[in-house]
Amino acid sequence: MKCWRRRRTRGRVLESPGTRLKHEGLTALHPVVLVPGIVTGGLELWEGRPCSEGLFRKRLWGGSFAEIFKRPMCWLEHLSLHNETGLDPPGIRVRAVPGLVAADYFAPGYFVWAVLIENLAKIGYEGKNLHMAAYDWRLSFQNTEIRDQALSRLKSKIELMYVTNGYKKVVVVPHSMGVIYFLHFLKWVESPPPMGGGGGPGWCAKHIKAIMNIGPAFLGVPKAVSNIFSAESKEVAFIRAMAPSVLDSEILGLQTLEHLMRVSRTWDSTISLLPKGGETIWGNLDWSPEDGHGCDFVKKGQPSMSDNNLNSSNGRSCFQVKDPVKYGRMISFGKAASQLPSSQLPTHDSKEFLHTSASTNFNSSCGEVWTEYDEMSRESIRKISENKAYTARTLFDLLRSVAPKMMRRAENHFSHGISENLDDPKYAHYKYWSNPLETKLPDAPDMEIYCLYGVGIPTERAYVYKLAPSDKCKNIPFRIDSSADGDAGSGLKSGVYFVDGDESVPVLSAGFMCAKGWRGRTRFNPSGMATYIREYRHKRPASLLEGRGTESGAHVDIMGNVALIEDILRVAAGATGAEIGGDRIYSDIIRMSERINLRI
Amino acid sequence: MSFLRRRKATERPHAEPHDIDTETDDVHDKKKTKPRPKLRPKRWSCVDTCYWLIGCIFSAWWFLLFLFSAMPASFPQYVTEAITGPLPDPPGVKLKKEGLTAMHPVVFVPGIVTGGLELWEGHQCAEGLFRKRLWGGTFGELYKRPLCWAEHMSLDNETGLDPSGIRVRPVSGLVAADYFAPGYFVWAVLIANLARIGYEEKTMYMAAYDWRLSFQNTEVRDQTLSRIKSNIELLVATNGGNKVVVIPHSMGVLYFLHFMKWVEAPAPMGGGGGSDWCAKHIKAVMNIGAPFLGVPKAVAGLFSIEAKDIAVARAFAPGVLDKDVFGLQTLRHMMRMTRTWDSTMSMIPKGGDTIWGSLDWSPEGYFNCSAKRLKNNDINTADKNGNGSLESTKRVNYGRIISFGKDIAEIHSHEIERVDFRGAAKGNNLTNATKCDVWTEYQEMGIEGVKSVADYKVYTAGSILDLLRYVAPKLMARGDAHFSYGIADNLDDPKYDHYKYWSNPLETKLPNAPDMEIYTMYGVGVPTERAYVYKLTPAAECYIPFQIDTSAEGGSEGSCLKGGVFSVDGDETVPVLSSGFMCAKGWRGKTRFNPSGIRTYIREYDHAPPANLLEGRGTQSGAHVDIMGNFALIEDIIRVAAGATGEDLGGDRVYSDIFKWSEKINLQL
Repeated sequence: MKCWRRRRTRGRVLESPGTRLKHEGLTALHPVVLVPGIVTGGLELWEGRPCSEGLFRKRLWGGSFAEIFKRPMCWLEHLSLHNETGLDPPGIRVRAVPGLVAADYFAPGYFVWAVLIENLAKIGYEGKNLHMAAYDWRLSFQNTEIRDQALSRLKSKIELMYVTNGYKKVVVVPHSMGVIYFLHFLKWVESPPPMGGGGGPGWCAKHIKAIMNIGPAFLGVPKAVSNIFSAESKEVAFIRAMAPSVLDSEILGLQTLEHLMRVSRTWDSTISLLPKGGETIWGNLDWSPEDGHGCDFVKKGQPSMSDNNLNSSNGRSCFQVKDPVKYGRMISFGKAASQLPSSQLPTHDSKEFLHTSASTNFNSSCGEVWTEYDEMSRESIRKISENKAYTARTLFDLLRSVAPKMMRRAENHFSHGISENLDDPKYAHYKYWSNPLETKLPDAPDMEIYCLYGVGIPTERAYVYKLAPSDKCKNIPFRIDSSADGDAGSGLKSGVYFVDGDESVPVLSAGFMCAKGWRGRTRFNPSGMATYIREYRHKRPASLLEGRGTESGAHVDIMGNVALIEDILRVAAGATGAEIGGDRIYSDIIRMSERINLRI
Repeated sequence: MSFLRRRKATERPHAEPHDIDTETDDVHDKKKTKPRPKLRPKRWSCVDTCYWLIGCIFSAWWFLLFLFSAMPASFPQYVTEAITGPLPDPPGVKLKKEGLTAMHPVVFVPGIVTGGLELWEGHQCAEGLFRKRLWGGTFGELYKRPLCWAEHMSLDNETGLDPSGIRVRPVSGLVAADYFAPGYFVWAVLIANLARIGYEEKTMYMAAYDWRLSFQNTEVRDQTLSRIKSNIELLVATNGGNKVVVIPHSMGVLYFLHFMKWVEAPAPMGGGGGSDWCAKHIKAVMNIGAPFLGVPKAVAGLFSIEAKDIAVARAFAPGVLDKDVFGLQTLRHMMRMTRTWDSTMSMIPKGGDTIWGSLDWSPEGYFNCSAKRLKNNDINTADKNGNGSLESTKRVNYGRIISFGKDIAEIHSHEIERVDFRGAAKGNNLTNATKCDVWTEYQEMGIEGVKSVADYKVYTAGSILDLLRYVAPKLMARGDAHFSYGIADNLDDPKYDHYKYWSNPLETKLPNAPDMEIYTMYGVGVPTERAYVYKLTPAAECYIPFQIDTSAEGGSEGSCLKGGVFSVDGDETVPVLSSGFMCAKGWRGKTRFNPSGIRTYIREYDHAPPANLLEGRGTQSGAHVDIMGNFALIEDIIRVAAGATGEDLGGDRVYSDIFKWSEKINLQL
């Protein structure tokens, strides 16, 4: 079935990139390490409560998700982490599935890494030079080391592959959140032992040839904000995006979102995806780097996109909107607030509601599900909505007030600012390691960093919220105002402002570091390692038979993109970034980056 | 159902008059109506009946399936408990209540055939099987495309490595050997019990390797030994310096023996870990069902691909390798495939006549087979030595591992006339090799060769090697480069630095690690193949010329000969002698094989068949693979992993005559 499908594509025999490159004479050279992203990795049960009997070493996450139907409450309980430590709750041990099976398929038939693995195998890769660095994606990055020694294991694995493959450096291929996980690893491995891995300052230079980031979420994703704030976004964030229909509201009864929020709020890793760099990167009330690029993607996404003429990249139907969309206002209450000039916005000190949030009418008997919202008073909720607009900076105050426990826990593990002075000794702490704006890249001038991502799909960037009608049980009090629709060119649709991206990560987040932050010798990249941007324009599958397409640019589907696979194979077989053609850009990332005023 | 059918019947009378009317109309109308099928008389119609039937069957099937999936997971256990009374706590639960927790990381080394193999590159016929299991799992492909399967499972006949264009690799991780086939556990029970006291992925490691290759080739091709070394170092480092407990099973025992020599040997051939690597990283090696000195089954396997149950492969996959799968030439296809696997040669009996006995003598000489059968029924094992008295048994010449004809197996040695086969010419091809699709080396031997083999009459452990070299020269040429089967006179001889000696305990010294412990844990009380009676096959074209003479029966109740096979005490695959001797004598105390005086312990588990079918493969089994579910064995392992020493367990626990037999073996220590 699969090969038939591939053969029928566009009426001629289309060889898979692996076969084609094998005929060109490419063979496996550098060992390859795959680093999966959030939610795509499988989790299995090692110890559980009585309700989970018979599930020992069965997948709770990934696979068929059968248990979610059979015993939903039990399932939720086991996937939650401890509310205070962010580690295992007592009596429950859920661990990452190891090996290539961890993330080759997310669910039966829904590939993640499988296509790439198959193509790598065609040119000679196998278990000894191909490794999946599976980790528990619910934990904060440093906790994966504390609980599972995942970073130590990855270090030992890379060293081993380096030695057993004739002292060939590895090519690392992280995806989505795996990108910042690996960034964390780069710092960890060279730091001295109590906190780091003690590999010494030359470790990365010695062991790593290239890092090929796929769909990198370097500077975070706006989706994470709405996910944490109200457990919804265009499709209930990542989880729903990956497991469509699995998390439908019928399964868990009416309180799905609340349940979901409670579980996902125990996952520290979601915090790592909050937008980094504040207003400098993401824009303030009146300005944003994407200004003037409000594109009518809704029309563009249609089959008219199918011409893959490279020259047409500038001919996209981008409006030069007179009154630019204020993408900087990541959350605004009411459509009007998202468009007014900032002078007309009511100014409340965001600190104000932080202190009023002490619980006044906490009533846990109301509803089975308890979220931190129940602890908030009606008064503070009202104040939050009165403030009208939040930018990437004030957002954090907002989140701290609505989810104090989670943010307190998570801010020990992640930081979202921009560093003034990278030599400040405070940056030796691990919480800065996954933020590219607060760390220096390792001293490895021969290493290469690639940003590979899809473009041409509307991607969530800012939200219009409203207060939920107050019913007796105060559940999540905020909702995306799905009635807020803009006119054709404004990029606003059902309460969400869209920009160019790969459906999850906006171009800005994926491309900025490679386009500007690390380009050349900057303070973030002191050794001046080479960076390359490779964009892949999204093209829908021509027919249903093609499945998820071989030219997709969507966040996960891009792993089946033949052009991307070819690039990875060539680099793994020894090519450099210059040899595969250097940058390949369709979006406006260079112009956007130029508008960002960051000292580099 | 009946309602619908009746309604159809009533429709027809309406249709018929209508047709008659139209016939009177003009020609065009007639043409139109002519092919109407409704004119047909009432006939039995498949649409009505068959589809209904199929529908009913399917709905019933779906309903049953629904009931099955709606059944709570604990239902089978509930039924079992209702019938047999409450089950004992699994050892993991019991020991957790005692307060044991995970301490030493655990390394599993699977044996032959139990590890899964998956396809990474294949020929055209294997399309769609990428990263699917060829070995292990359901064996679905074996039925769908048997020849393709056999082709991919074979190795290159000369190098013993991959054939060109085919890459089959071991599955990695705990899934490699937790279950061999769905529902047929290997390591799963042990893993589940270890998890109860806190073990998980980071403290357990399955050292999966390609069990078809010779041990050194796993390093050459896959760097498996390097990976094991690096993983053990990582386990020790990430678990606060606690040394690992290694648990090899079956052939994994020899593989790990090889590893211990490899890891301390200097770099080009070895792993360069230095002479104290084992002392620093290993707390204990707990060998399960160890074939230290080889297994006689391997001989029958190599010689004619049959043993009581087609050698090793069939022993593990009963029913899977039945003759019908490949058609009539099953055995020969099997032979061609397994003969490319170098690892089978690691199991050929080692130590020659000194260990396994000569023409007239063997260490187990007066073993009484009937005693064993009694013991199976009533568990009273207290005094076994009394049963095996001299009067009740005829002495069995176990030393004659292969004899041609039952009488030859029993008469005294000076009555046998033997003709040496070694000089015999091989010419005169038995048949034209091109005529048979399957080619084994027997075709090259010719009729003369076959006859001369039979004329030699009796083969002991020493001459078996010559026999195999004669009948399978290519295989043995490859095997001799990787394995050795002798006894060392002087262990300091520099030639013993070569890797081919590393898996033979009689030709290597144990590492210098006085704090390490070596356990040998095996089942006893199951009849185990020890020697064979062969006959020549009626000369047919394209066939293996030798066969076990299944008509050879011992006669009396207490005889050890049954179906052409002499059996002794053991675990169904490995005789007690092979698994116990090294720990009972060869390594006990400070010997030349064990210069640092590593402590050794023997733990035997008496076989008790499962009481009823619901118990599955039993919790007190002593059989070679089923022992991995033996509660007593699991308890021992968990205690050691949680920090106990051999003394804490209670030292030796012996049911068999292993000490008596070991004493009879005259080996310089």
